[in-house]
Order: sequence, then C-alpha cells, then structure tokens
Amino acid sequence: MERELRVSKIREGTVIDHIDAGRALHVLRILGLTGAEGFTIAVVMNVPSQKLGKKDIVKVEGVELKEEQVSKIALIAPSATINIIRDYAVAEKVKVRIPPVVEGLLKCANPNCVTNMPREPVKSRFKVISVRPLKLVCEYCGTELNQDDVIKQLTGGAA
Amino acid sequence: MRGRDVLTILDFTRQELETLFNEADLMLSALEKGRSLRVLEGYVMATAFFEPSTRTKLSFQTAMLRLGGSYIDLPPEEASSRAKGENLADTIRMLDSYADMIVIRHRVEGAARFAAEIAAHPVINGGDGTRDHPTQAMIDLYTVRRALGAVDGLTYGVLGDLKYGRAARSFILGLSLFRPKKVYLVSPPQLACRRDVLEILEERGVEYEETGSLASVVGELDVLYVTRIQRERFPDPAEYEKVRGSYRVSLETLKGAKEHLVVLHPLPRVDELAFDVDYTRHAWYFTQAAFGVPVRMALLKLILKG
Repeated sequence: MERELRVSKIREGTVIDHIDAGRALHVLRILGLTGAEGFTIAVVMNVPSQKLGKKDIVKVEGVELKEEQVSKIALIAPSATINIIRDYAVAEKVKVRIPPVVEGLLKCANPNCVTNMPREPVKSRFKVISVRPLKLVCEYCGTELNQDDVIKQLTGGAA
Repeated sequence: MRGRDVLTILDFTRQELETLFNEADLMLSALEKGRSLRVLEGYVMATAFFEPSTRTKLSFQTAMLRLGGSYIDLPPEEASSRAKGENLADTIRMLDSYADMIVIRHRVEGAARFAAEIAAHPVINGGDGTRDHPTQAMIDLYTVRRALGAVDGLTYGVLGDLKYGRAARSFILGLSLFRPKKVYLVSPPQLACRRDVLEILEERGVEYEETGSLASVVGELDVLYVTRIQRERFPDPAEYEKVRGSYRVSLETLKGAKEHLVVLHPLPRVDELAFDVDYTRHAWYFTQAAFGVPVRMALLKLILKG
C-alpha cells in the first residue's frame, strides 16, 4: 500500500480494498461522494492484486459506511474488504458478502411484476443464482438481473 | 399436499402429480356414477379473478360445489372496493378472513405468490400474467395420461405463443417433471420459448427441438398442444397476418399425423384450431376442458384435507 499511494495515512475513515477493477467510481457514486464534500478521498484504479489480478481501492477520510451502503457495494464489488480506520489503525475489517436473497435494494426490471405495483406492501426480492458472473432472479416473476443491470440501478444510470 | 399453496407446477414432484391424478380418477368415477360427495362440506373457497376467465373460474367453482363445499366470488371491478382504490393486499386479507382458500388470477406476474405471502390459508394460482397456470398444466398432463396411458415416452409438439402464453409455458414445465421422449417447440421466432424454460428442460435432461414448422414434425407427434397467437403480440398487423397462418391446425394440417395423435388446447380457441378437427378422433380438447372439474376437485380435496 505504501508504495502505491503517495497519500498520508488517514486518521479516521474507511478504506475499501479489493474492489473489482474499474468499479471504484461506482463505489463513490453509491456512497454519494463527489469530492465536493471537502474531506480527503483517494482512489486507485486497475492496480495489481494477488487476489483479483487487478483491483481498485477507495480511501475516504471521515466517513464510516452505513449497512445499506455496504450491501450495495457488495453487489458491485463482491470481493471487497472494508477497513474501518480509527486513530490511524485498522479498527475493524469486514469482508463484504452477498446474501442468498437480496431484499429491497434493487428494482425488478419487469414493469408487470407485482413488486412494481404502486401501493402494494411488497419489497423486491431477488435470489442470487451466481456471484461471478452476477445473476439475480426476481422471486416473484422470475426476471433476471445481471451485473450491468445492477450497476446501472445502484449508480443511477451510467454503467 | 395439505395446506400448501399452488403457485407454479414446478412446486410439485412427479409423485405428487401422480397422487393428484389418481385422486382425479376417483373423482371422475364418482361424477360419472352420479355419486354425491360431501368431503368438503362446510368449506368455503374464494375466487378472486382480476382478469377474465370462463373455464378456470367456473370449473373451480363447480369442483367446490361437487365436493359439497361452497364459494364466494369477488365481483367485477366496478362493484367492489377495488373501485374505491383498495389495494390487492387488503383485498386478499379480507378474503383470507372469510374463506378457507383463495384462487386468484391476475394480470400482474407474481401476484399469486404475493397473495400467498399475505394469506394464512392456501392460495391457488389461477394464472398470473404471462407466467404460470399450474392447474391448467395439471389438467393437460392428466388428459394425456387418460388418453394415452402415460406421460412418459411420448413425442410432444407445443405450438403457438411459447413466449407469453402461460398455459404453454406451464405445460412445458410440467413435462419436465416427467420423461417425455422429445418435445418439439413450434412457434414463430418472435414467440420462441424463453431462455429460463429451455434451461430447465436442459437441466432435467429433456430432449427438445425448436422449430418454426409444424408440417415438418406433425408426423412424429403423439400429442399436439395448440395455443393461440394473440394479435396484440405483434405491433405490426401485417406481420401478424403473415405469421398466424402457419400456426393453425386443421384437418389438412393433420393429414400426415399418427392415428392416435391427441390434440389439446387450453381453450378458448379462436381460429388457430379449425372446427373440422372437432369431429375427428384427435379432438381431445373438449374432454380436456371437462377434466378441469375432476382434476380441480382432486386438488381442492388434497389441499384442504390431505
């Protein structure tokens, strides 16, 4: 890490490591960060990784992730590790995982699915068929979502 | 099977379907002998059909009555609370509190599963969108068994709208629970069988072949399942006119067919199945419709009483 990043260690914040190469910017979109917030953000993309071959890393000063954000990041960076930094040291290390069923975070692509009906108390529910490549199936209507669909949905448009 | 929901044909095993068929044989025999059955006396079924239906609704209602039970029916849109803006969830809760089981048909996919999650009582899917129609598949498979003695080892042709037609889809999925010799999927290319169904056929080792030509396969078939191609599926009316002629069945089409060929159709039929077929020994579709009652009687009994 020291060789790659010419940024001083952060005192408090989060380091998201082992992001699939090329997806760091999607992670920032999910976190709602543009840089205009003012605190330090470091982004490294397409660097060598033993685990993934190539990877991205995102370091954010002064931010700890909410559970929903971690769940969303898992869907686009299934191998990511989230390091919570306190007082310049790694206080907690969390490996993201995609649960067998994803509830509520995504929208079914089928406009005729019951989960898209207005005023019905039903959340979307997707069964995870495979992680790599990502394949999710709506439990109500069987429509599939792939990695690109998920990235588009979670980043609000541009994949 | 007691207390279970019936949402998709794939919820069932082959053994369970055979139990159902055996039970249906008993029901059919009782009906033919004019015996009065009281096995569901005191039970109430709710029919909630948000999409029109003749056969399915009436045969469920008849089945219930023939077993000594009764039914309540959700009236048309204008007359009920739905016109006041009540959502599906509240409507299902209401029916669940009045009746012992609910049969639902809805144009929205997944509606039956949603209803089953809300209701404490069993829910039967009478057709949801373009997706599933499990009881139709049960009736269709039962008809094959009655007509030809077994479902296994036969060559099937499924014709028409294999992409959006829920009866065709459920029938094909139902076949995957058995061991057909081969299944020909005959449709215009725009209405070919969806990938998820083909994957299931592959997973279960069912030999199938997709083709656009009925004529090329009709001589091999033991069973021909005919479904309607809807005009609405073709944005270009000229294209529809061009296509539909090739997917009609008439006496002429059946010229090279096996003598024992069983022709099925979930009905209602428009012009894809010509009247001249009705008087041939191939015409099993009216009997198929009639079997709707004993098969649904068997299902209701197994679900409510086991």
